[in-house]
Parts: sequence; C-alpha cells; structure tokens
Amino acid sequence: MKRILEANIGLVFFFLYVPILAVVVFSFNSGEQISVWEGFTFGWYAKLFEDAALWRACRNSLIVAGIATAVSTFIGTTAALAIERYRFRFRTALTRCLYLPVIIPDIVLAIALLTFYVQTPIPLGLVSVIIAHCVFNVAYVTIVVRARLQGYDNTLEEAARDLGANEWQTFWRITFPLIAPGIIGGALLAFTLSIDDFVITFFTAGVGYTTLSVHIYSQLKFGITPKLNAISTMLLANSIVFILLFLWFQGGATTSRRQDV
Amino acid sequence: MRRNYQLYVLLFPIVFWLVCFFLLPLISVFVYSFLARGTYGGVRWIFTLENYERLFDGLYLGILWRSVSTALICTAVCLLLGYPFAYYLARYRPKHRNILLLLVVVPFWTNFLIRTYAWILILRTEGLLNNLLGAVFPNWSPLELLNTPLAVQIGLVYGYLPFMILPLYAALEQLDMSLLEAAQDLGASPRRAFWHVTVPLSLPGILAGSMLVFIPTVGAFLTPDLLGGGKVSYIGNVIERQFKTARDWPFGSALSFMLMGIVLVGTVLYFRALQGNEDSQAL
Repeated sequence: MKRILEANIGLVFFFLYVPILAVVVFSFNSGEQISVWEGFTFGWYAKLFEDAALWRACRNSLIVAGIATAVSTFIGTTAALAIERYRFRFRTALTRCLYLPVIIPDIVLAIALLTFYVQTPIPLGLVSVIIAHCVFNVAYVTIVVRARLQGYDNTLEEAARDLGANEWQTFWRITFPLIAPGIIGGALLAFTLSIDDFVITFFTAGVGYTTLSVHIYSQLKFGITPKLNAISTMLLANSIVFILLFLWFQGGATTSRRQDV
Repeated sequence: MRRNYQLYVLLFPIVFWLVCFFLLPLISVFVYSFLARGTYGGVRWIFTLENYERLFDGLYLGILWRSVSTALICTAVCLLLGYPFAYYLARYRPKHRNILLLLVVVPFWTNFLIRTYAWILILRTEGLLNNLLGAVFPNWSPLELLNTPLAVQIGLVYGYLPFMILPLYAALEQLDMSLLEAAQDLGASPRRAFWHVTVPLSLPGILAGSMLVFIPTVGAFLTPDLLGGGKVSYIGNVIERQFKTARDWPFGSALSFMLMGIVLVGTVLYFRALQGNEDSQAL
C-alpha cells in the first residue's frame, strides 16, 4: 500500500513539473527546432531585448497590474474591515456576493463586462482592463485580509483608546501594522493574478491594446518560436519570486501572531 | 452614530464596485441574451426568445454535453490522483511536508497560459513525447496527439490538479488520528476504517476540491482553444466565437447565461451536500 502511495506521489510531481521543465530547458536550445535539442545558448533571451512589441506589452501588463493591485487592495481591505468589525443588515449577503466573482467562470465575467462597457462611455483599452481586473482581485484581497483579521486581538485597540489615542491614531499605529502582512499578501496575490490573467483581458481589451498574456497568446496562434520559451521562462521565474514573497509574509504573519499569544 | 458613519465609509467602495462593475454587467448580459442580432455585429433592441430556442438545437446540446462530461471526467481523474497524494502528504514528516506542499503551490501560482502552452511542446506530432518514443522504438510512427479531445482532457487535469489537492490536504491534515485508532481497536480492518472514518471525515475537502475543478473546467476556453486547436468545440469556445468572429452577441450572451446557470446549480448542490454532511455528523 505504501509503495502505491509513494509511486503516486512520484507520478503527480512528474506530471506537474515535466511540462514546466521542458519549457525552461528548451528556452536555452540553440536550434530553430522547437523540440529537438541542438546546443546551449542564451540567444533567445538576447532576442527578447530587441522585441519592441514585447516590451510594450510588458509595460502595459505592469501598469494594469500595478493600478489594479492598488485599487483592489484598498477596496478589499476596507471591505474586510467592515465585514469583520461590524454587524450590519446585509453582511451575509455581501460576503456571499464577494465569492461570486471567484465562482463564475472567467469567460462569463469577461462577456458580462464587455456587453456592459459597450453601453457606457468607458473605452475598451487600459481603463476597461484595469476595472475588469479589480472585479476579481477585490474578492481575493478580501478573503486574504479577512483571514488575517479573524485571528486578531481587539484588546490592543481598546488599550490604545484608553491611553488617549483617537480613532485615526489607533488605526495607523495599532490596527494597520497588525494586519499589514495580510494586506501585503493580498496585494501580492492580486498582482500575480493580474499579470497572469488572459481570458478577461482578451475580451475587455478591445483591438490593439495588448498585455503580456495577450501578446504571448497571439504569438502562439501565429506560430511557435523558441523565443516563446524564453518569455515563458522569465514569467515562470517572476511567479516563483512572488510565491516566495507571499509565503514569507504569510509565514511572518503566523509567527508574529504566536508571539502575541 | 459615529460607528455608523465609519461603517458607511468602509462599505462604500466595495458596494459601489460590486454594483457598478459586477451586478450591472450581469444584468447587461442577461438583457443582451433577449435581443436580436444586428447586421454588422451590434444588437437590435427587439425582444426575442430566439437565442434560447437555438440553445435546444441538437448541435449546442451536444457541445454542452461534451463540456459537462469533460469537466466531470476531469474532476474524477483529479480526485483519483489527488486523494492518495493528499493522504500521503498529510501523514508525511512535518519538516519535509512544507517543501512538498510548496511544490504543489508553485504550479497553482504560475501562468496558466504558459502551463497550457507547455503541453503543445510535448504533444505535437514532432513534439517531445513522439521524439522520445521514436528514440526508444525505431519503427515508431508519430501519433497525432495535439488537437484531440484527449489533449484537452490532459491539459485540463494538468491545469486544475493543484485546485483539488490543496483542499483535500487541508481536510486530511486536520483529521483526528485517534478516531482511526479507535476504529481499529474496535476490530475494523484498515480498509474498513478508511472507507468508514477517513473518507466521510474528509468529505468537505472532496466536495470543495471537486467544485474548484468542475466550475472552471466546464467553462474552460483557453485549454480547448490551444490543445484542441478549435477542431473540437466546447461551450467556452462557442461563446468566444460569438463575440470574436461570428459577431452574434445576443446568442453568445444566452450561452454565457446558460453556463452560469450550470455553475450555480453546481454550487447549490455543493452547499446542499455540505449541509447534509454536517447534519449526518451531528447525528
């Protein structure tokens, strides 16, 4: 029995990592052939620097993800504070509604936003993509920040107020530093989701506006080149840095909470 | 009074955002699904049920069935691979467990487009798998693997397996081992203890994982598009075509609404099952 379980572990990891490793390995392949190994080179990475369209898409992705992260972190944090700190009439309805953008298939959300945009003066492009990204990001940020607020000790705030701090001072000196790891974690998650999103951007960007994911997709449809492996490897490296940052902040959150106790 | 004022300030951004950019778009797609198609892509503001009538055409029911059955198979395969995996991981030495868990989380966070693209490299006729098999068997004639339903199925399992493993692991890790010991002390065989103690107690994880896999796969667009090559239609691709090439927005909206209906039915069934599970445990 143990043998079978161990074989399954091996199988799952093999299945999960072989495709990713294939992309990384072949990004260093010198041949024009996609899947025949011919020799080691950094050439495809050097070629990336000459690709103006790629850099434009990359810059667009960073602008969209940056603004969408800032806006959704603000909205998500205020929402989490309202839900965890107050009791109000539509509280349950609001928390359920907040799960909907996560549950609904991407393509439905994308279509809904597209049919909405064409009836408003909002042009398809930068602004429409940022708004769309905020819709799903807000839900994720709220979930992460709420989790941090749930293990939170109210007596510290009461102590601050007893010692004469006003509401504003209490928030910035006590509440904010305590929930900051949750906020940063939520922001990192939002940024990653934003950079990686394809389906929602594809439908709400209109003609001519491309982010990195949309750029990669159109290249793929055009034909597969070894350069795509190099772009993909860079994006994979970027994701891994963000996961490690996220886990580091979340890990910090649990240890500091243990110290509180 | 002051507390109320604070609450409204905190609630305003989220309520504003959800109403304007989530609720209104959903209403908008609902309204669109009852309109007539315009000549050059737009819509004509005439009420019609024609789009919904077209859904019951044999062609679209077939596509719908393919999407649902593919998503069900995907969920079953993920459960079959993921359950023993999570079970073993939950019992692993805590020190190394976190590293293994991190290795499951990494694909969860990496770009879905790239993870799908990776399978093109492997499954192409002149791809890695055929090259490898060709090297082992000299007389190998390359298989046409890409652009088949099998490729789509593999891509979907690959894409969503971490979504199954993580909730299963969360449920199995919390499992009280003393209950299993008690079952075995009372004479249950390990097999019986597994089916009568472990599986029922991990049911919330099984249900959550199944939901997280089924919902995105039933409406998947990217995986069938890249690995199916548009040769086999799934509901996600049909919706995309209505908006990008066929320019029939009202029909695309009706399809989207039906897809959302399937997902909502799935969600309601999930909460029912979860409720039933809690009730039976309370007894």
